[in-house]
Amino acid sequence: MSVDDRQRKAEHIRHLLETEGNNVHENTQVFNDGRYESTADLDDYDGLKDEARAIKEDTIERLPELLDRVTEAVETNGGTVYLADDAADANRYITEVAGGRDVVKSKSMTSEEIEVNESLEASGADVWETDLAEFVLQVADEAPSHIVAPAIHKSREEIADLFNAHFDPEEPLETAEELTRFAREYLGEKIMDAEVGMTGANFVTADTGTLALVTSEGNARKCVQATDTHIAVAGVEKLVPTVEDLQPFVELIARSGTGQDITSYISLFTPPGDSPTFDEGGELGPGDDREFHLVLIDNGRMEMREDDQLRETLYCIRCSACANSCANFQHVGGHAFGGETYSGGIATGWEAGVHSQESAAEFNDLCTGCSRCVNACPVKIDIPWINTVVRDRINQEDATEFDFLVEGLTPDEEPGGMDLQKRLFGNYATLAKLGSATAPVSNWVAGIKPAQVLMERFVGIDRQRDLPEFKRETLRKWFEARGGSRVSPADADREAVLYPDAYTNHVQVERGKAAVRVLEALGVSVRIPEVASSGRAPLSQGMIATAERHSHEAYADLAEHIDAGRDVVVIEPSDLAMFASEYEKFLPEESAERLDSNSYEIMEFVYGLLENGASSEELRAGDGERVAYHSHCQQRTLGLEAHTVAVLDELGYDVLTSETECCGMAGSFGYKQEYYELSMDVGGELESQFRTEDARDRTVVASGTSCLEQLDSLLERPSQHPVQLVDPGR
Amino acid sequence: MSAEPLTTFESSLDELGVELVQTTSDQFESTLVPLLDAPAVGTPLPFENVSLPDAVEGDPTMQELETAETGVTAAGYGIADYGSVVIQGGPDGEEPVSLYADEHVAVIAGSDVLTDMDTTFDRLAEDIRSDTGQAIIATGPSATADMGELVKGAHGPMEVTVVLLEDR
Repeated sequence: MSVDDRQRKAEHIRHLLETEGNNVHENTQVFNDGRYESTADLDDYDGLKDEARAIKEDTIERLPELLDRVTEAVETNGGTVYLADDAADANRYITEVAGGRDVVKSKSMTSEEIEVNESLEASGADVWETDLAEFVLQVADEAPSHIVAPAIHKSREEIADLFNAHFDPEEPLETAEELTRFAREYLGEKIMDAEVGMTGANFVTADTGTLALVTSEGNARKCVQATDTHIAVAGVEKLVPTVEDLQPFVELIARSGTGQDITSYISLFTPPGDSPTFDEGGELGPGDDREFHLVLIDNGRMEMREDDQLRETLYCIRCSACANSCANFQHVGGHAFGGETYSGGIATGWEAGVHSQESAAEFNDLCTGCSRCVNACPVKIDIPWINTVVRDRINQEDATEFDFLVEGLTPDEEPGGMDLQKRLFGNYATLAKLGSATAPVSNWVAGIKPAQVLMERFVGIDRQRDLPEFKRETLRKWFEARGGSRVSPADADREAVLYPDAYTNHVQVERGKAAVRVLEALGVSVRIPEVASSGRAPLSQGMIATAERHSHEAYADLAEHIDAGRDVVVIEPSDLAMFASEYEKFLPEESAERLDSNSYEIMEFVYGLLENGASSEELRAGDGERVAYHSHCQQRTLGLEAHTVAVLDELGYDVLTSETECCGMAGSFGYKQEYYELSMDVGGELESQFRTEDARDRTVVASGTSCLEQLDSLLERPSQHPVQLVDPGR
Repeated sequence: MSAEPLTTFESSLDELGVELVQTTSDQFESTLVPLLDAPAVGTPLPFENVSLPDAVEGDPTMQELETAETGVTAAGYGIADYGSVVIQGGPDGEEPVSLYADEHVAVIAGSDVLTDMDTTFDRLAEDIRSDTGQAIIATGPSATADMGELVKGAHGPMEVTVVLLEDR
């Protein structure tokens, strides 16, 4: 990315933070809190997600067969199925069916994807969006900022101003109720007059040709009932095999999305419907000769189905959980975190599949891989992975010129010409090694103004960020100098390998020392061998080949220790998350499983030791010390926040935990010039929680390196890793 | 039916702000009439010895639909876990009658209150395969938050009442 591009991007984000950020934030947080609450009410949330996932896997696997089946079912019912290759094909068919008649529509993202309104309007038809949010956007001539609540970026006041200016009502509209009544009446007339009703479909059952529509307003029902011709538009991936298969989705979709147990209406239409309709004289007449057209759209989906990496995207049920649970999305919304049609975490897969890689490239960097969406997704899509894959493909595409200089300097597997900023962050382990070897000179150079300006100019590191300070004495050197472990294997209850991640070894050396002392105090003999970096840094920049190479090396370095019965203890949660999640994709199943089941987060390991009889008296007691703890995003996805809290509790600390999804730093993200302000805005949430009366005198503790760096820049109080708190040598 | 799903149904409806009125087929008319805001429209009720009172227009014109305060229809099932009613039917006009009036009164047989979504979908699948073209799982009134705050009554009713026939 050029200097100008970075500045333009930063400018766009700043504008959205100022104009739309607050509305998006307020609403997505309501949805996100609702999701936690509503899914907690389910007896077997995880089982339901597995069921939904299995149905989608099966559907996509058997898609050609199910398409034949649904065609047969709809035709038997008296309707027509049209399989459209692409947007143009679909629009041509729909416009022909509508034949210039006016169309009333209920909300459908698929119809936005093909831009059918433009095509219908060009044929002389009036097209009305009857979903109230879509109607607002139609009047405002704006694009959706959220796939479920498209006008989420607009406040009531803004909508009132818009309506008053556009419609000039006798009495100015003010309250949400007045605005709703006005729109209902206005659109009610359009619905009565229209002859064609267009809906989307959240699901289509192949066995019976039934459409399931998940709505709350009732406009979709009216659009179908009040018209003579029903056109439903859906992507081919919306099929499910049978009516019974709808059940897990009906229970999950609203809980995952807007945090309601269920929406007001789940309409199951098996068209053509026979509800009475309005005839020309305006009377209710028989609805038994209604026409029905199901337009199933390929538009790149069948190719996605053949693509081993993008296929999972087709399981997506567009619930918006990945948008609502995403800290970056919460702050900027879909006008920044979105492409031509779709927005939120999964949008990268959709845009790359149905539009273009360029459309995905526009916003793909906003996924920091924090993984907070992973457990929120009702069909268990590995959304960060899809973002990584597409980032990798974008990198490859950018790599047109062969830049020998950079190629020679960077020990990665990526082609020359790739974005320099990404390459710098992706090769963090090498950088750290160099940094420590040349410290303190490297730190002086990095800290002086001209160097910071150069860094900003050439690799896009924002000059307002302090760069991590490399320590001359690495953790491994310190450990060696003190003569290795003070607990000999012969006297030890257990043996552990402390994984020397690049940050702990070169920058956050003190937390490494604390970890060694804590483990030894609990009777563990510690080793710190040289181990390759996990590959987290290159992976987060979309450098998959490099990350994969790291995985083979790190595994080779650790396997022998596991065979010798040693546990692998990891301080940096993002590295542990690599072992636990991404290594599945790089290593043979057995190897990935072996490493995963023998690796522990440091405080999880301490928790285990205490549970198994180690004495907590060996650690530094809290004596009521008040602590504010921010767990790491990926650590929480792995379910490991609780262990730290439990250990601190047991030791007598008074713990307050943060309520945000992410600190905003997210590895290298917050260093990047184009995202610095967004990163600080996201961090602002954590900052204000930790500045409340209950929190402002508390010791700040965080598990991740980048969280610690972010907290240090947000608060005056220094922060530390929880293991430093309980270090008996403190 | 056991008392349990009914208790759950009642508390689920209560959370949604939906009134549940229990009655018997004998008492149906005298229970329903005080619940109606005039003008009221309705569709034929499929329960034995139960029919719409005269105060309810059973074959409404479009004008009557638009101006109706209350719309009375039968519901095929209730779902205890969610407080939902399933509006089925077609040619008789269950769809417009349950949609256009400000208040929807759903009449349901006690024996049709099902425990959960799983059981409901087994029944719905059977119904769809035997040609019931339409089923709306309706939970509470229509609603929208699109105008900046939650508003009950978007394109559909702003109020829902469930009348349960204990002996049906």
